[in-house]
Order: sequence, then structure tokens, then C-alpha cells
Amino acid sequence: MAGILCVIEQRDGTIRRASLQALSQAARLTAPTGAAVTAVLVGHGVSGLAPSLGGYGASRVLVADELRFARYTPEAYAAAIQAAAALVVPQAVFMSATTVGRDLAGRLAARLGVDCLADVVKVWLEEDAVVAVRPVYSGKALATVDGGSSSPVVVTLRPNVFAVEPIAAAGTVEPLSVPEVAVRAVVREVVAKESGELDVAEADIVVSGGRGMKAPENLALVRDLAHAMGAAVGASRAIVDAGWIDHAYQVGQTGKVVSPTLYLACGISGAIQHLAGMSSSKIIVAINKDPEAPIFKAADYGIVGDALQVLPALTAEVKRLKAEG
Amino acid sequence: MRSCVLLACVPDTASVIKLGAAGNRIDEAGIKWVISPYDEFALEEAVRIKEAGSGHVTVISYGPDRVQATLRDGLARGADAAVQVTGGETTFGNALAIARVLAAAIRKLGGFDLVWAGVKGVGSDNSLVGAMVAELCDLPHVSGVLKAEFGGGKVVAHREVDGGMEVIEAPLPCVLTAQKGLNEPRYPSLKGIMASKKAAIQTMSVADLGLDEAALAGAGCRWRSLALPPAKGGGMILNGETDPAAAARELARLLREQAKVI
Repeated sequence: MAGILCVIEQRDGTIRRASLQALSQAARLTAPTGAAVTAVLVGHGVSGLAPSLGGYGASRVLVADELRFARYTPEAYAAAIQAAAALVVPQAVFMSATTVGRDLAGRLAARLGVDCLADVVKVWLEEDAVVAVRPVYSGKALATVDGGSSSPVVVTLRPNVFAVEPIAAAGTVEPLSVPEVAVRAVVREVVAKESGELDVAEADIVVSGGRGMKAPENLALVRDLAHAMGAAVGASRAIVDAGWIDHAYQVGQTGKVVSPTLYLACGISGAIQHLAGMSSSKIIVAINKDPEAPIFKAADYGIVGDALQVLPALTAEVKRLKAEG
Repeated sequence: MRSCVLLACVPDTASVIKLGAAGNRIDEAGIKWVISPYDEFALEEAVRIKEAGSGHVTVISYGPDRVQATLRDGLARGADAAVQVTGGETTFGNALAIARVLAAAIRKLGGFDLVWAGVKGVGSDNSLVGAMVAELCDLPHVSGVLKAEFGGGKVVAHREVDGGMEVIEAPLPCVLTAQKGLNEPRYPSLKGIMASKKAAIQTMSVADLGLDEAALAGAGCRWRSLALPPAKGGGMILNGETDPAAAARELARLLREQAKVI
């Protein structure tokens, strides 16, 4: 068994939780055989983050800490991961299916001449295969897939599906040498979102609004509840297409696919397009006036009622419970 | 500007997915096949670039004969030429094989300044082919483009990333994948539809590209089996019509004490 190489993503000096999820899963899969888990961390000024990765199962941490890696570019990062893969010769390369991970995976896999199992919700190792379950047709079906004769198999793991598991262990940290590569697509500027806003694809709780919110200004009720819960805001396709909110918030087949612990659909009827993007959430709550709305079939809890009246009361109650502790 | 646009032929997003007899594919009976929605944004942008200046748009699709309708739809929406790479039954869902075939077709046709694709093909949902084609053609790529401006042999593209927006500059030729929000795709005109029916579609086989489909199929992802997600049901639905505040309090209590999620 050749072990797993796990790509660690960091942003602004913090390791992303989604990467720790992937790393913990790699550690769980290799525990029975004792195969090694190697983490690879690429960035600038990131070396200080490396020692902590041993506490999530990386027995070895390779660090490419150079100015040229200060910003993510697929060409430079693919070269770095390729250099790590050449050292480790792993059975699989894991990374989280974040925006960066999904972009990097394709470039890396083609560079290695291998395929990628994308956005998986289950993954395991067989003697000669890496096998995974992944939602396809936007979650309307689940495919069990393997990587064929690809070696290594690149795997992107859906955020929020795999548990983070700290362990009492430490890893060795080594610098990673990466050959010079031409980087043609360069980042000129990064425009940050409003601070404090959570990404809908990665949030633990998502509160989404739909047509039943009746007017764009009423989305403030959705934002208030999201704020009280520490949640990200999401939206149905209908209100994105109507111009109430930016597409970055859209949940569904032509938007983000999310699987938070708690998903609240407010004034969303639950078109098949929307259900495809959120049905793998652990707990689904629907608030809708129409008792026949398809969203109730997917819901664990629901309120048949006007979201405009229910939301302020729910926000107040959540605040009260949180204050109680 | 000479562009090619990679079109995936996929089930309409409103389709109900049922399992096929083979055990690892969907039941195709009654499925309406369409251009993958993100590829529509890619095609629209390529056609707008042509209309704003000059140029030529080629649509390419790899697959069985149903992709001919996809390609004719592309012609009706403003593409000038269409190419079908035939085959694709054994390489289904295998992003590496699909990218290798498309990259070989792009190299054979030659002369493109831009290669466009959707950020994701709905269906296999891999989000891989654009970046793979870029790597295999030794081109830069920008994925998830929301805005693209061209000049001086370069593209300046805006893309959404976790936590913000990136502005990326790349030399042409380049691969760009389109995100929703890039534009509002047009509907094909009646004139375009009529003309597309008569247009010739160039066909080439995987073997014509110097590749072996069986070897490609073995090297990448295989779908072992397909299942439907477990059905939910029996959720606890409260009446909030008469007293919304009471229903909200009860819901918060259930989420805290029973579901333990807040």
C-alpha cells in the first residue's frame, strides 16, 4: 500500500476545515494497513501551519513555502503537487472539493495522466482500486465509481461530509522542492467579499430564501436568521434569475451543491433543480405556505405558514436560545 | 477571434432520473437531451465575441448520434461550424478519456484562440474536462469565468472564488470555462434553426484522432453501479398558519433538543 497524499488548502494563514476533513478521512482509511498519509502544503508564509497537520494524521508534511505560491494558480500548484506525488508515489491524492480543489484537480490529474473521482461523499481503498460514491445528475443519483488503472487516483472530497478527527500524533515537516514552471494565467487582483460572510458551499448551516419571500427587501429576514444562527445565506434559482440576489448564492443544479448539517428553505417550493443541490443536507427544514410544496417531502421538519411571519419569530427564538446557552 | 466551444449533451435539468437495466447507467427512455446549461453560457459568450468583432465559432461534441442534435442547437445559436467526434459509449463519465479525445480534436482542427467549455457538465458533474483539456493542449485556463475582456493577445477574466472575486490575466490561446452569470444565453432564432437543419456536421472517429477508445476507457473512471438516493419522508410538519410565532418556537425547540443542530 502506497498511502495517500493529501493536499492542504489554506487561506489567509488558516488551514481550511475542508482540508482537515480530507486529511482525517485519509488517516481513517490508512489506519488498518498502516500506510502513510503525507500532507502537502503550498503557499507563502505557511510553514508555521505545517506542524499542526500531524495532529490530524499526517505522518509527513511537505511544505512548498515560496513567494511564487503566494496566490493560488492552477499551473504552479499543480507542479508543486506533482513534485510531492513523485516523492511519495501514493495510491491516491486527496483534496477537498472546494473551488480551488475542483479547479486544481483537473489540471493535476491530466498532468499525471490519471483520472479524478470528483466531489465524493464516500471513499474507500481496495487492494488495487480507489473506490468512491459520488452524487451525479446533481444528486438525483449516486454512482459508485473507481479510478480504473489510474495511479494515483485523484479524489476530491465534498466539504462537510467527512468528520475531522484530531489524534495524538505528530508528523515530520520537510521542505518540498518544486521545479520552475511557466505560470501563464496570473492573478492580477482579488476582490474580497464583505467580511464575515460565510461561503454557502462550506457552511455548516445554510438559510435559503425563495420566491415565497415575495420581494427582494424581505431577504433581510433570511439574512437576520442566518446571522442569528451563524449560517450562510443561500437562494433559489427563481430569485437569482429575478435579480434579487447574486448567483454566487444560488443553491441547486445550476448553482452550488451543498450538504450542511442544517438547511433551512424559506419560501422555496422545492423544484427538482433546487432539491438536487441540497438534498444531501443532514437535517432539512422547510417553511412554506403551500402544504403541497415538494420541499416538504424532503424535509425533516417543516412549518406550513407564511415565511414572512415565521422567520422573525424563529430568529427571535434562536437568539433567545443562544443567549440561554 | 477563432473560438471552439465544447458542448456536452446531457439530460434536461428538469428530468426525473431512473435507473437503467445495465445497473450503472440511467434509463434513457423519455429523456430530453440538451446542451449542458453551463456550455450554453460558453457558447453565448463565444458568439458575442464574434459578433462584436470578427471571428469564427466551432462547436465540438464527443458522443453517439444524439449529439448531432446538440451540435445543430449550437449552430442555431450562432456557431459557424460543428464537429462530432463519434463514439463515447465506453468512456462515459470518464473525464480523462473525454478530455484526451477533445484535446486531440482541438489540436487536429487547430488554430483556435479560445477554447470554451462550461464550468461543469450537469450529469457526470465532474467539473474536470476544461482544466484537463488545457493541460493536455499545454494551454493556460481560467475556470468559472463571470466576465472576460480581450485585447493585446490577452484575456482578463473575472472568476468567483471562495471568499471573493479573482481577476486573472492570461495570454491567448487559452481555455475558459463559463459560470452562470457570464451572460444571458439567447434562444435560437427560427432562421438559425432552419439553417442548422441543413448545415453539414463534420465527423471524426476516436481512431481518426490516433487514439484507442478501449485503452482510454480502461485508464480512467468507471461507473460500477448507480443507485437512487434514499427517499426521505415522514418529516415533522407543523401548522404555522394560525399562530406562526408558536410554530417557530416549537421548531427551534425541536432543532435544539431533538435534532441537536442549533
